[in-house]
Amino acid sequence: MPTVAPLDLDGHCVAAVFLNDIPHFALADGSVHRLDHGHKTVQANDGMLAAAHDPANQRLVTGGEDGKVFAVKADGTAVELGGAGKKWITSIAAGPQGAVAYGAGRSAFVRLADGTIKEFQHARTVEGVAFAPRGLRIGVARYNGATLHFPAAEGKPLELEWAGAHTGITFSPDGNFVVTTMQENALHGWKLSDGKHMRMSGYPAKVKSLSWAVRGRWLASSGAPAAIVWPFHAKDGPMGKAPLELGTRGDAMVTCVSCHPSQEVVAIGYEDGMVLAARFADQKEVLLRRPGKGAITSMMWDREERRIAFGSAAGDCGVIDIAA
Amino acid sequence: MSEASAPIPVTVLTGYLGSGKTTLLNRILSENHGKRYAVIVNEFGEIGIDNDLIVESDEEIYEMNNGCVCCTVRGDLIRVVEGLMRRPGRFDAILVETTGLADPAPVAQTFFMDEDVRSKTRLDAVVALVDAKHLPLRLKDSKEAEDQIAFADVVVLNKTDLVTPEELRDVEATVRAINPTARIHRTQRSAVDLAEVLDRGAFDLKRALENDPHFLDAEEHDHEHDHVCGPDCDHDHEHHHHDHAHPAAIHDVTVQSISLRGGEMDSKKFFPWIEKVTQIEGPNILRLKGIIAFKDDPDRYVLQGVHMIVEGDHQRPWKEGERHESRLVFIGRDLDAERLRKSFEACQAVPN
Repeated sequence: MPTVAPLDLDGHCVAAVFLNDIPHFALADGSVHRLDHGHKTVQANDGMLAAAHDPANQRLVTGGEDGKVFAVKADGTAVELGGAGKKWITSIAAGPQGAVAYGAGRSAFVRLADGTIKEFQHARTVEGVAFAPRGLRIGVARYNGATLHFPAAEGKPLELEWAGAHTGITFSPDGNFVVTTMQENALHGWKLSDGKHMRMSGYPAKVKSLSWAVRGRWLASSGAPAAIVWPFHAKDGPMGKAPLELGTRGDAMVTCVSCHPSQEVVAIGYEDGMVLAARFADQKEVLLRRPGKGAITSMMWDREERRIAFGSAAGDCGVIDIAA
Repeated sequence: MSEASAPIPVTVLTGYLGSGKTTLLNRILSENHGKRYAVIVNEFGEIGIDNDLIVESDEEIYEMNNGCVCCTVRGDLIRVVEGLMRRPGRFDAILVETTGLADPAPVAQTFFMDEDVRSKTRLDAVVALVDAKHLPLRLKDSKEAEDQIAFADVVVLNKTDLVTPEELRDVEATVRAINPTARIHRTQRSAVDLAEVLDRGAFDLKRALENDPHFLDAEEHDHEHDHVCGPDCDHDHEHHHHDHAHPAAIHDVTVQSISLRGGEMDSKKFFPWIEKVTQIEGPNILRLKGIIAFKDDPDRYVLQGVHMIVEGDHQRPWKEGERHESRLVFIGRDLDAERLRKSFEACQAVPN
């Protein structure tokens, strides 16, 4: 039976992650709580809006209302890495070689490990940023498409066009596909080798959470009363294929998805705080957490693949141990 | 559950450059009115007050991918409201300041079209500041100045000390010609009573009617605002302003308002009609407001709309002796008044 070790905090959880196997919970007020032989806290931003896990450096990078970027580590430090003046930093991503990308207003910034910061100005607001898995390349979600920049090299960016407002972005783990979330209830994808479009629509709500399954064979998404899992193992991605619908419920929307690190299993968080795990092959479900106080906003599996840290919009966070 | 708390009221402040918007904003931020405001502005620049809750945001108009050109939202507002609402205990209300040239429609529509924003906030009122001295000039060179007035629930007619009583009367008549349903307040140096601007519930038609039961009733309006003549009477005969005594003031007005009156409506006819009208004429309709009496329905039905978006609900039972009358006001451009009137009347349960 899975067991839940709860951690009741006060406020919206922006990110629940493991840093050096220690569960960390970053809240919208900028405090980062960790369960390391007791409950400890460090203050990062004055108002946190975005956070990204950086597995290579076992740190959480955060951006916020104060226009600053922080790096939080398991040793309880929160170090300021950079900023964007008075503008809110609304999106952030961690990349290879210690690079961090963040968006503020109409600019995307890339901070390299040596501290140099490059700015990429856009005509419209930078809504989302992501790093490609290899090389130093970022993708920016923007109005009417996405832009790919190469921060280490001079040269023109690659523009990917699709009408509408694109609010978030992710690269497939093999680097072959770019997928954006949109203001309307849909995802859009591009196959980078030939620019082919992929329309993934039919969601009843906006998609706010995406997670790639092991080896990038599937992309799980929120935005429906089930986790919608698109097949990406074929050459052309999900085109012409129906997605899996896992953990379907009649009474609650999925708000967060997090794929298992090595198996084709996804942890599914719902708006009422329930968490299920579902296996792709046979759609078998296991209840991991009963409904709580708020919508699940963030989840992460640990390296042992045994625990899941989760956070909610109401602050009732915790750690699920599936093997206990 | 913190997310389920009462929706936060949002006031939208529009007004052309120099209309006194910043002065009013500074008053709202500095006066002791017992409420804490989060303010979304385009530039910190002119606001002389230090406040953590002033958020600088680039106006981003996003067209929705649904083939409708008037279905636009403010993308930046969606993001900022989402961020603010993650820490809701910090403020009681939100104020959105638009740039002088802004079209107010995308701001208003954001509060209806985005499900996240809609679930956490409610549009309280669109307030337009108007420079009494320069309005005639503004109307000559900008469609936006007119749109802002047409859109407003509350018009603050500012800088009245810079005009003669005659000029003021003309300007007010012009405002009334553009928007017969807005509340108008004459002020100097933006010194309007803040209670007349904030927490009005003007977009909540039920409350708007409680506050001002006659707000769709043009004759009552005449009294309340002490009009000498004004083009208020426009609502009944829209060609009237051609013979008006102050043609120069009204000349640059391209917005028209059409007031329709009828008896009890057949809901089976009315709803498809209003849907069709807003679908087809949506781009030309800036605002619509109405009170509808349906046959065999004991309750008054109130509705209002922005472009193609229409919302309606039952308000309260008809009072004893109250006339079961339907009234609908369209504010827009290039609307065929006669066709609207005929098709509206055809929705009556007992046709004329």
